[in-house]
Amino acid sequence: MTAVTELIPARPAPAAVRAPISVARIAGIVVLALWALLAFGLLMTVINGWDEAKFLRYGPRYLHGLWVTVSLVGLSIVLGALLSIPIAFARMAKNRLLNGIAYCYVYLFRSTPLLAQLFLIYYGLGSFKPQLEAVGLWWFFREAWYCGLFSFVLNTAAYQAEILRGAIESVPRGQHEGAAALGLSRRIAFRKIILPQALIVALRPYGNEIVLMMKGSAVVAIVTVYDLMGETRYAFSRTFDYQTYLWAAIFYLIMVEGLRQVWAVLEKRLTRHLKR
Amino acid sequence: MGGSLSALLDALDPLCGPVGLFRLFGPNSIISCGDTGWGDEIAFGVKVTITLALATVPVGLVLGFLIALAAQSEDRLLRLAAGIYTTIFRGLPELLTLFIVYYGAQILAQSVLASLGFEERIEINAFFAGMVALAVVFSSYSSEVLLSAFRAIPRGQYEAGDALGFRRHKTMRLIVLPQLIRIALPGLTNLWLILLKDTSYVSVVGLADIVRQTGVAARVSKEAFFFYFIACMLYLVLAMISSFGLGFVERWAQRSGVSR
Repeated sequence: MTAVTELIPARPAPAAVRAPISVARIAGIVVLALWALLAFGLLMTVINGWDEAKFLRYGPRYLHGLWVTVSLVGLSIVLGALLSIPIAFARMAKNRLLNGIAYCYVYLFRSTPLLAQLFLIYYGLGSFKPQLEAVGLWWFFREAWYCGLFSFVLNTAAYQAEILRGAIESVPRGQHEGAAALGLSRRIAFRKIILPQALIVALRPYGNEIVLMMKGSAVVAIVTVYDLMGETRYAFSRTFDYQTYLWAAIFYLIMVEGLRQVWAVLEKRLTRHLKR
Repeated sequence: MGGSLSALLDALDPLCGPVGLFRLFGPNSIISCGDTGWGDEIAFGVKVTITLALATVPVGLVLGFLIALAAQSEDRLLRLAAGIYTTIFRGLPELLTLFIVYYGAQILAQSVLASLGFEERIEINAFFAGMVALAVVFSSYSSEVLLSAFRAIPRGQYEAGDALGFRRHKTMRLIVLPQLIRIALPGLTNLWLILLKDTSYVSVVGLADIVRQTGVAARVSKEAFFFYFIACMLYLVLAMISSFGLGFVERWAQRSGVSR
């Protein structure tokens, strides 16, 4: 019989092995240094090129441009959402004709550039001035802002219709059947059972669509709308100061990142019952 | 040799060749391919658009692959650096990125030359600026696609590579990369279609792409609706051709996948 009579005395922990300097670490440091250098360079550009007169002259214009961008995007998202509802239902309809028309609409607007659509509406429809005047719509198509809004609404409606359709079709069949078994009418079942589940699925794509729209809205600057990009181009054409573009970049980054953060919080809040 | 090749390409030109689309409308229409019409100018624009998109993809893919590698590295600093890159270039409008690259490169080149003693005004090539800007945007999006594809590959695949005694880049090349391409293809197809549409922005800095050429035609001929409609249709056809072709590639890539 063996018995342990003596314990091995506690020993100090082995000396920590220092992680060898890997290629990844060097690359990380080099790239971060590059970013820091770039940030420093931009900061120095802003400090060295600081001009009180320019700031007072163009600062308010930038804020106005920011407001134009935000209102344009907000309006086109809301109106596009309204327009997307009938398109999404047409896309899900059993009627071949209705389905085909909605499919063509969505395909057409999703596979052509926003810029070309905007030109088609602003310059293209602008060449039908007499006809439009006869119908009494000329006041609408004369203004670049309205044309921008119109093309954005048509464009985002196509994307949102696909988001909505995908979300509604992602709700399992059993949910429809469950509602039918409870004797709910189709309308109530849709509103109380299908739609809430679909909208949770659609939340993230909707956020992406708003971000895409915000970025895409910069194209209205080309048809002479003074949105954030338009004011930037105006300021650059007057001053030839590279800073103007950097300020626009900062504004756009803050808007997009802010929206992303808000959306993350919203999603966390709305899906808290789905957490396991 | 070169002459016969270009003759063959001319004969097969889908827009202005002998059996081209624009020939259908007769020799004196507004979109015919001679001095009377705008067909050949627009056909040139189509070529520029396709060339730009094709030239952007390899650069953007390689950059995106490197960024995806950095984003899944074990080193915190490298992950941070990659995160900054994707945050910036996914947050900026493509148009703004293009302007920043176009004017930034111009100012940079000018100041470098000025420090060397040359005082000249330089024009940066719009094709080059467009390619860089689009590649940067494409890389930041494709890095996300590739990153999620990397995460879909189980650890066991890497361990199998170790067990076989492969070095790390050999594991990457022979085991991981083929699966990665298969998983990432649908996402990359989407990005290609987005890229094709984004090339329209370079018309703003003066590159003679589809939108630019049709725009010139629209201004001169006063047939704006017709020409911009043609521009939209050309983009539509390009998108249809590429989604058809890429669907073929996707099916080819899936052929040896697990069939469930």
